[in-house]
Amino acid sequence: MIRVELPQHLRTLARVNGDVQIEVEGRATIRSVLDALEAAYPALRGTIRDHDTLQRRAFLRFFVCAEDWSHESPDTPLPDEVCSGREPFMVIGAIAGG
Amino acid sequence: MSKVRVLVGTKKGAFVLTSDGKRENWEVSGPHFTGWEIYHMKGSPADPNRIYASQTSGWFGQIIQRSSDGGKTWETPGGGMTMAAGRMPAGESNRFVYDTSSETGKPLTTHQWYDGTQHPWEFKRVWHLEPSLTDPDTVYAGVEDAALFRSTDGAHSWQEVSGLRGHGTGPKWQPGAGGMGLHTIVLDRSNPQRMYIAISAAGAFRTDDGGKTWKPINRGLRSPYLPNQDAEVGHCVHRIAMHQSRPGVLFMQKHWDVMRTDDAGDNWREVSGNLPTDFGFVIDVHAHEPETIYVVPIKSDGEHFPLDGKLRVYRSRTGGNEWEPLTKGLPQENCYVDILREAMAVDSLDSCGIYFGTTGGQVYASADAGDTWTPIVRDLPAVLSVEVQTLA
Repeated sequence: MIRVELPQHLRTLARVNGDVQIEVEGRATIRSVLDALEAAYPALRGTIRDHDTLQRRAFLRFFVCAEDWSHESPDTPLPDEVCSGREPFMVIGAIAGG
Repeated sequence: MSKVRVLVGTKKGAFVLTSDGKRENWEVSGPHFTGWEIYHMKGSPADPNRIYASQTSGWFGQIIQRSSDGGKTWETPGGGMTMAAGRMPAGESNRFVYDTSSETGKPLTTHQWYDGTQHPWEFKRVWHLEPSLTDPDTVYAGVEDAALFRSTDGAHSWQEVSGLRGHGTGPKWQPGAGGMGLHTIVLDRSNPQRMYIAISAAGAFRTDDGGKTWKPINRGLRSPYLPNQDAEVGHCVHRIAMHQSRPGVLFMQKHWDVMRTDDAGDNWREVSGNLPTDFGFVIDVHAHEPETIYVVPIKSDGEHFPLDGKLRVYRSRTGGNEWEPLTKGLPQENCYVDILREAMAVDSLDSCGIYFGTTGGQVYASADAGDTWTPIVRDLPAVLSVEVQTLA
């Protein structure tokens, strides 16, 4: 079980409270986590990464174990702390604008 | 008894205002989609309980919302939890992909950028949603970067009406200060094959074959900021309005100049007349008097607020040229709000109601065709759009 922590606006859109819990087959990566997240919550498609290029949206960042993974390859295996659910996979909105 | 429903899109959410036909007491529902920019909401003329909303964010992109109960509850079409076995999740309702197929004509990959160079088309957001006049599941979307999309399945999925971008002048289109958006879609009840659209800053365009082919309709527009003031395209059209009883007559608020055509856009002439300034964004037509039109003059393109700090709607009962200021109930000092292009609408009750919203968060209404005004809600976030539904 992997915990995904979403920005408040995306929680509202997905109609969830708190962290989202998802299951990923095999070794989890950024890509497989987002694939599973979007499969479970189709309303989130296009909001975290582009529909077609699957590129991360510019004002969102991915944090893993207090490190910025935004520029990691989407196929890099996530650490055990995230795969086991001890640490969340965090999607964070940039602080910008008003 | 008749009712009126006012759909207000703001910079930080959507609001739905309802009143009976007297239009004296208003119930405010919202905010819906709190924190998101709601560029536009509009109800289906064929089913007033069907409402579409464009919800957008610089962080999270574009969402399309749909209500089937008059705005009480909302859903993202195709964004639910269920999915057919073996298929990818739905969630296609916010997917706007430019058509680059060879089958539908001429893939167009660049437009003019601010510095005059060519720039690829990039989808940013939906500026305008225009439901079909006859089918609640058919809706058009005007988007930035400028293109027209259509859904025939209640906004589950969208396909570009690619003949518009592909007709040939696209490389000359350029963004205005607010981006290169297709913001106006006018449908013609008397001729389902005909449609008008407008783009900042490209101009107005018309199709007479249901969207397959398009032509620029900008003859008569003059724009001093263009190297060729009378260019075929490149004009910053802010808004076009039409009365359904006279589909060949259109009124336009251009960047500067209020314009009129009597031949479906083939030729335009200026009708700014005695307006104190002819810069502005909104324009609309009285529901029962096709020669009565409304604008809200704004001081200039560099100073987006009313002249002299006085908020004045101007009405012409002669289809332009002769204008009268309407001030009763509107602030006549220290008013420095803007009224954006989507933020004026009319109802169709016997005594026509006029509505407009401001960047200061007020929505003003007149139940007597503009003679007197009152704020029906105030202190909302900046108002981006106002639409009105007249309900039986």
